[in-house]
Amino acid sequence: MASKIEIKNLTLVFGKKKERALEMIDQGVPIKEIRETTGLAVGVNNISLEIEEGELFVIVGLSGSGKSSLIRCMNMLNKPTRGEILIDGENICDYNKKQLIDIRRHKISMVFQHFGLLNHRSVLKNVEYGLEVQGISEAEREKKSLEAIEMVGLAGWEKYFPRQLSGGMKQRVGLARALANDAEILLMDEPFSALDPLIRKEMQTDLLGMTDYIDKTIIFITHDMNEAFKLGDRAALMRDGEIVQIGKPRDFFDHPADDYVRNFIEDVDKSRILRVKTVMRKPVCLAKPIDNREDVIKHLEEKEREFCYVTDDNNKLLGYVELEKLKESKDTTVEQLIDTEYQDINRNSFLSEIWSKLDESDYDVAVTDKSNRIRGVISYEDVVGALS
Amino acid sequence: MFDFPENLQIGISGPIDSAVKWMLVHWDGFFDGISNFVLIIFDAIQGALGILPWWLILIGIFFAGYKLYNLKTGIMLTLMLFAIGLFGLWDLMIYTLVIVIISVLVSIVLGIPMGILMAKFETFKKINLPILDAMQTMPSFVYLLPAVMFFGFGKVPAVIATTTYALPPLIRLTYLGISNVNKEILEAGKSFGSTTKQMLFKIEFPQALSTIMTGINQTTMMAMAMVVISSMIGAEGIGEQVLIAIRRLEIGSGFEAGLAIVFLAIVLDRILQGIANKLKETE
Repeated sequence: MASKIEIKNLTLVFGKKKERALEMIDQGVPIKEIRETTGLAVGVNNISLEIEEGELFVIVGLSGSGKSSLIRCMNMLNKPTRGEILIDGENICDYNKKQLIDIRRHKISMVFQHFGLLNHRSVLKNVEYGLEVQGISEAEREKKSLEAIEMVGLAGWEKYFPRQLSGGMKQRVGLARALANDAEILLMDEPFSALDPLIRKEMQTDLLGMTDYIDKTIIFITHDMNEAFKLGDRAALMRDGEIVQIGKPRDFFDHPADDYVRNFIEDVDKSRILRVKTVMRKPVCLAKPIDNREDVIKHLEEKEREFCYVTDDNNKLLGYVELEKLKESKDTTVEQLIDTEYQDINRNSFLSEIWSKLDESDYDVAVTDKSNRIRGVISYEDVVGALS
Repeated sequence: MFDFPENLQIGISGPIDSAVKWMLVHWDGFFDGISNFVLIIFDAIQGALGILPWWLILIGIFFAGYKLYNLKTGIMLTLMLFAIGLFGLWDLMIYTLVIVIISVLVSIVLGIPMGILMAKFETFKKINLPILDAMQTMPSFVYLLPAVMFFGFGKVPAVIATTTYALPPLIRLTYLGISNVNKEILEAGKSFGSTTKQMLFKIEFPQALSTIMTGINQTTMMAMAMVVISSMIGAEGIGEQVLIAIRRLEIGSGFEAGLAIVFLAIVLDRILQGIANKLKETE
């Protein structure tokens, strides 16, 4: 997959005469010392990272670690002092005002910690805001907004005002507003931190459920390691404006970069946090119904597999075909040979929940999303490997 | 020894006098223009209020009080206004009201844009804040002087003096309202690609509206206070009644006029405050 966002050597300094801070950074002066001598705050210090299309990327760190400063660079609410941010290969730091407004309207939307709702507008009008500034007709605005409101589970609340809603519902409005303008990238700045724990858990589950239907690249900020690992396909841990470690959640457990990371993950219960999607592998081979039978046999023998999953053109899982059955048959394609009695696992399940299903088979079990698209495979050994 | 040395005294009254004389001669047309403009608006508003029968105004006030607060307040406000009529001061009250309305309208037209500019431009703010401070600490009588100098006696200088005196609180509160809009709401607006104009009209102004409404309320109260004082430069209205009563030592009629002013002020304050509160509720 292509990287959607690529950040290269990004540095962000707050204050006047930023060049002085840049010089000191280049000389290797720690940012704490820079702040003491010059009064300049370095929010982001020389960060490089790539975020893939469709990924849920979590940036985690304590307050003051620069995570919020970093996410605000991605839609230029903070103007980076140095470095590049490439979105679909274009450096948005070079954008002029008009291009910037354009990208904010169509490509990137944002959800805020304290919701950032316009309290003089109803839920519907809040959700419409992004479309309204684009000058879209009222009828279409309403149609799209109602869809978004429906998706976040607030149908029926359109006419209410933000002050009449609970915290969780307010954030659903914030989310709907961000979804309404169909942006490819969704920036979420500690969206669930202001909510109480039960609501937060519910929102997390709902967000994961939603990612099965919407193909968005999501950048999610949190200070909560549990949340980071629960949600993220990958996570980056930040400290003092720098990235300490970046990788899949299990990488943090398997190879913590230093003691800071080790401390951070100390009281995280792995089995309850690691999700299937962070442990699963890419399937070695996949077949399509129209594939030639002989080709599939050859392919399977090459890879020493006894069966493989069959998907349609949209990656939807149809079933599997067994090598033996393929050899016995005389059909030209595999279409008639698909066995539809398969087992699958939702990619957002926790490892602790799927034990039983895996015990029954030592095969690769298909991992799917809610629209039944195959996302990967997982076997008993993978789980054991991840948890040990 | 104890007296301030006489040879150190330099009066600035001389130059000012000649400057004013010069302006009056050379900018004659300008002041006449303003004067005519104020007179036209004055007549228009007075005419408009004149069309309304007294009972319709009372009913309007009753409904405003009832809708904004409750039945009791509605009745109270109506009774107060009714009392002014009972004192025989209805027409004078309308006259006073016209001056107040014009001052407030002019203040809105000038004050809100100035407040917004102050919130937007640091330099403009730095220049204006001390001026506003000075204007608000200046005794109200001082405003009468330039008004009389440039516009003579009558209702025009009264309107000018009243407006000048009433303007600062609205500028200040508009500035406060706009610059205190929640930072995250501003970020939200920007992050969805609002232009500067959209930010102002769709986000900042609506968010600051209740503060601005409080500013309009304060401006109205200042105008009420000033309109009484400006009877000294020839404005008619209830203020003039007070002035006459003082000159003739007619305690009774002075008290009546004073009470009428208080009642009018209360009615205006309650109604504007009620609107501000309604706006605040939506936040």
